[in-house]
Amino acid sequence: MAKQIAFYVEQKFCVGCKTCQVACKDKHDLKVGQLYRRVSETAGGGFEIKGATVIPAVYAFWTSISCNHCGQPVCVENCPVGAVQKQAADGIVYIDQEKCVGCRKCVKSCPYGAPQYNRETRKTGKCDFCRDELAAGKPPVCVAACPLRALDYGPLNVLQRKYGKANETKGLPAGGQTQPALVIAPHRDAL
Amino acid sequence: MIEMNTDILWKTQYSRRRFLKLGAATLGFSAASGLFELDSFGAWASAQAPMARERIVRTSGSHNCGGRCILQAHVRDNRVVRITTEDDIPDTDKTPQLRGCLRCRSYRDRLYHPERLKYPMKRVGKRGEGKFEQITWDEALDTIAGQTKRIMDQYGPDAIYMQYAPGNAGRVSERVWMSRLLGLYGGFLSYYGSYSTAATQMATPYTFGTTATGSSRDNWAHSKLIILLGWNPGETIHGTNTAYYLKKAKQAGARIVSIDPIYSDTSVALADQWIPIRPTTDSSLLDAMAYVIITENLQDQAFLDKYCVGFDEAHLPPGIPAGQSFKSYILGESEDQTAKTPAWAEAVTGIPRETIIKLAREYATQRPGALIQGYGPQRHAYGEQVVRSGTVLAALTGNIGVKGGWASGTGYQARSHFVAAIPVPNPSKARISVFCWPDAIKRGTGMGPEASVKGVKQLSANLKLMFNLGGNCLVNQHADNNGTARLLQDESLLEFLVVSEQFLTASAKFADILLPADNMYERDDIVMPWGYGDYVLFMNKAVDTVFECRNGYDWISDLADRLGLKDKFTEGRTIDQWLRYLVEETAKKNPGFYSYEEFKEKSVYRWQYPESSIAFQKQIEDPGNNPFPTPSGKIEIFSQRLWDMNQLQEIPAIPKYVKAWEGPEDPLRAKYPLQCIGHHYKRRVHSIFDNTGWMEEAGAQEVWVSPVDAAQRDLQNGELVTVYNDRGVISLPVKITPRIMPGVVSVPQGAWWTPDEQGVDRRGCINTLTKYHPTPLAFGNATHTNLVQISKG
Repeated sequence: MAKQIAFYVEQKFCVGCKTCQVACKDKHDLKVGQLYRRVSETAGGGFEIKGATVIPAVYAFWTSISCNHCGQPVCVENCPVGAVQKQAADGIVYIDQEKCVGCRKCVKSCPYGAPQYNRETRKTGKCDFCRDELAAGKPPVCVAACPLRALDYGPLNVLQRKYGKANETKGLPAGGQTQPALVIAPHRDAL
Repeated sequence: MIEMNTDILWKTQYSRRRFLKLGAATLGFSAASGLFELDSFGAWASAQAPMARERIVRTSGSHNCGGRCILQAHVRDNRVVRITTEDDIPDTDKTPQLRGCLRCRSYRDRLYHPERLKYPMKRVGKRGEGKFEQITWDEALDTIAGQTKRIMDQYGPDAIYMQYAPGNAGRVSERVWMSRLLGLYGGFLSYYGSYSTAATQMATPYTFGTTATGSSRDNWAHSKLIILLGWNPGETIHGTNTAYYLKKAKQAGARIVSIDPIYSDTSVALADQWIPIRPTTDSSLLDAMAYVIITENLQDQAFLDKYCVGFDEAHLPPGIPAGQSFKSYILGESEDQTAKTPAWAEAVTGIPRETIIKLAREYATQRPGALIQGYGPQRHAYGEQVVRSGTVLAALTGNIGVKGGWASGTGYQARSHFVAAIPVPNPSKARISVFCWPDAIKRGTGMGPEASVKGVKQLSANLKLMFNLGGNCLVNQHADNNGTARLLQDESLLEFLVVSEQFLTASAKFADILLPADNMYERDDIVMPWGYGDYVLFMNKAVDTVFECRNGYDWISDLADRLGLKDKFTEGRTIDQWLRYLVEETAKKNPGFYSYEEFKEKSVYRWQYPESSIAFQKQIEDPGNNPFPTPSGKIEIFSQRLWDMNQLQEIPAIPKYVKAWEGPEDPLRAKYPLQCIGHHYKRRVHSIFDNTGWMEEAGAQEVWVSPVDAAQRDLQNGELVTVYNDRGVISLPVKITPRIMPGVVSVPQGAWWTPDEQGVDRRGCINTLTKYHPTPLAFGNATHTNLVQISKG
């Protein structure tokens, strides 16, 4: 097994359909308000109106993000009870539900908003890279779900060789902060 | 320039405010009827029983979607606990997996929704009020049988109508069985066209003789230019994997241009250029492109001379007066004496003339090119025109019948497959346009071709009995909700209405008898893609039907018994035996097709082809032996058939830009300055999924307004606004976004009409604002042609 498993997000071809987001909710039985993977819209710019004409200078893109299973996970550092852990074999960051006390320190510290507090269980959960699927030899559900084939996964070094080293994009925190295990092919407007 | 950013806050949790609002709206009718037990399925999300063995059932969706995907229901203790998609074959270029989208991935939220209808009910209040009382199936079927007998005896078959209701679009849906039964009972009034494609279905054959103008999607990888004309397949599913094929075309080097009032989801990811256009003006743009091509002599003259009728004066049919050719119209040499210059189109469309010139040159010279038409632009006042304008531009540039080209028009796949259907023998030949049933209710007797009637000279009765089985086109997806509701409330007009549904939708509220339908996970069926794809799917039943919901075949067989037709109707077959019959009939015309058992087990049959399919390839390569299926055997730019109709202002013989009522040039804009469209939204299939939480989270119901129009009205992003015209008022939150052009607003279609005591629709159903005004040729719905105003509060 690789030292660090990672996600690849081909942001430039993401149509923002949110199939990954919903497939993830189905897999993890997440209530409304909890998103282990979420797709967000960014849009801006405006129009020049000249006589009868409308000339757009508009930008827009989608960002699909889950937990990035960071190289330097601040959630792990900030967990007071050692519930948030980074798996040595593959670098997956997960939350041990037995140990979690629901203090939300991880929620507050994660720059990606990955950990999701559950008001009913009073514990925090998050993307665990579909560890059970991986163990069964299958891809994580978000990757298997993408209708545009704009998500991929694999060892970080392999993804970097294949797709480059970009791990940040407009609107996301700088990659240097936490060393996210993420490779992005940015949208033209998100560079 | 206005700078703004409807940005994301990474750490902001989704606001619950809108859910509370939605909950209040939908719970409103639950409380009123007093019949709905909340969450009687139990808390499905927490029902985890890891000790039970999980089995996987291969199925698909049969709701009214343009895609058909493979779904795998993970079932434990007779409950679907998870849904996945095709994963047992490698995902290859030749055979991509049939991956479901967010709608079907969220399906548990709908299947186990606490507001599923559970028992048969009869209306106890006024029609449309939504007050019902539980009854037995026996009482429901006795009542339906009694009314059917009475109305058939009193008025005859023209008074009985099967409403367009594609909520269940399977091969053995309720609608199919009820049609069969009514056919055996003496006949019924049926329909033609659809709410999606009325104008293009009618208009495309006037050019080509067929709607099957689409090549297989792998062709796009050979296109140098792809123009998406009001087409957004990343959001509106037009065949499973269609957006993926566009991505592959882009990777292969195609330049993609999107012409759309909205910077669509597809455009964001795949278009190199977005050209905003005022709704209803597409023909003006295409006319001006033709002007550039003709005046710069960029047209494929050899193609036009060889394959087409009516491009220029030399190729008009005999006996047609001079000045009627397409070229004369474009150059301003026909009656209107107006050259269709880019400057002319600029004023109409809002597109700068330089942009039009550049696009025209590009389409004419960067060949092959694919001008692909979505169905939004044809759901307009003169929707027939844009369809034919597109086909003519494809002819002008010789992009028909060639690899990487595209004929435009409807675009149904030219390569089609035979899958058997249940026999529906209807002795009655009378048909009306799918949109025109309100006229049949008001004034059916004597109604003729001037009001869409086909098959007979005129109808012999007003419409008195309607079956609406799995559909929301009655009130919600039709037009003018307020007017339609008033029509239906009059029990002296439509005397009896049977509805079969899973939820108390806006349409279901009008039922006299309301039957609880089974869900697609609770039945076997066979489904096909209506758009693209060379396959057919078997839907295996995953879980048992809940409560007193029943399968259509089951209860319609019992109804047949009450009408004395049980043996004739069932032919002694169970539903399983009918499905076997369909597979065997299908296999007769498809050598190598699976046996029934194999088909059920594999759940998908794929036709295999060594090569891609190119529409009209034979007609172009060997025209002598392969005429186009038109009266002239050629591509009819000028249609003698349309000419002979003699309604040239609204139905010209060549495609023309016709100014729309409630279009950008209507004086009514002084009062209602904004054009309002209703784009298809990822979070619903039409009106299906409107009531589910996961989908509201994926896409809230909001009216899209540009920052320019919002600023003029002092609107704040997310606040409640009122959208209104003379037909109705809706209230919903506003999304201020530069992804829609100034002067245009969009209310995403499909929200459930929820009028309050003042008649204000609190959910935001676009059809509260739309007009019941059929298009001139197809008698189709002009859903996107509306003028409105917006104000705060």
